[in-house]
Amino acid sequence: MGMETESQFHVLAVDDSLFDRKMIERLLQKSSCQVTTVDSGSKALEFLGLRVDDEDPNVLSTSPHIHQEVEINLIITDYCMPGMTGYDLLKKVKESAAFKSIPVVIMSSENVPARISRCLEEGAEEFFLKPVKLADLTKLKPHMMKTKLKKESEKPAKEEESEISKPGIEEEEAVIEILPLHQELESEQLETMVSSSSNKRKAMEEVISTDRSRPKYNDITTSV
Amino acid sequence: MNTIVVGQLQRQFQDYIVSLYQQGYLDNQFTELRKLQDEGSPDFVAEVVSLFFDDCAKLINDMSTSLERPDHVDFKQVDSGVHQLKGSSSSVGARRVKSVCIAFKECCDVQNREGCLRCLQQVDYEYKMLKTKLQDLFNLEQQILQAGGTIPQVSMN
Repeated sequence: MGMETESQFHVLAVDDSLFDRKMIERLLQKSSCQVTTVDSGSKALEFLGLRVDDEDPNVLSTSPHIHQEVEINLIITDYCMPGMTGYDLLKKVKESAAFKSIPVVIMSSENVPARISRCLEEGAEEFFLKPVKLADLTKLKPHMMKTKLKKESEKPAKEEESEISKPGIEEEEAVIEILPLHQELESEQLETMVSSSSNKRKAMEEVISTDRSRPKYNDITTSV
Repeated sequence: MNTIVVGQLQRQFQDYIVSLYQQGYLDNQFTELRKLQDEGSPDFVAEVVSLFFDDCAKLINDMSTSLERPDHVDFKQVDSGVHQLKGSSSSVGARRVKSVCIAFKECCDVQNREGCLRCLQQVDYEYKMLKTKLQDLFNLEQQILQAGGTIPQVSMN
């Protein structure tokens, strides 16, 4: 398979509400992305080419029949959906060897800190509060760029990244530190909280922003 | 193109939309919505708004049914409806509708049927009111376009 025909990013948007799908579709188009919308997590997985085993939903296999024609650079999904929630979808994507490198962004109309941290812990790149604005989508480009760069040159840095993201204790500590929402904290406070930690997390200071949504802590490895 | 007529219509449009914001019918999110409209999607706002009003009608109808029998209220269904309504009104910038939804949710949380019924009536009133206002706004837009003018981008601070 050759390079993508355009340098445009292709986003898979998942939301059970027709209204919200229309909104996110227009937002993404306006941000120069190609969009595919689906109304459920299971349809999203189908689109990706993941077959969910009916007997055991925990077993995911890549369907031999569906060859993923379209390269997806990002998945953006609503959190609250009947059946498979956005969180469930996130987990399934991150558990799949084939698709775990696809960045996932969660959207929700509810501001629940525990929910946000759980999603970020599970590997979501960003958590957007609805209504999503055009300005929010500018945060997506860096995440999508990473996947393109990765595909172009399968770097060994990738293994390093997964090592860094896994250590148990550090992971917990990092999550607790960045748990409070940025809109409630001044950036100085955040930096004070983070600065007492290791080198890895010092690098986080640069990526933490005071916006509502923020990058996940293992973004720091891109500089390697 | 009659520039005087266009100018007048544009001013009328500007004044009208500003008044909608000032009276609390619309909030900043409506401005965000207008940003998404362009030559490629010239009817985006009207389409989305139309979808929203259809949603309102349906959700209000369903919730009305759920609240009908005093002895048998499905508060879960009502809560789900309010949640959806709150979400979409928020996305569209329908400020008054959203405010009622917030009060509505509180009544639902404590299973106050009377309160819910009052909120339901209010939300019905508000969405219909907004519908008329926005229809007037869209009509003004059409007049401007037909007169050969462009629709002003109104920024609210």
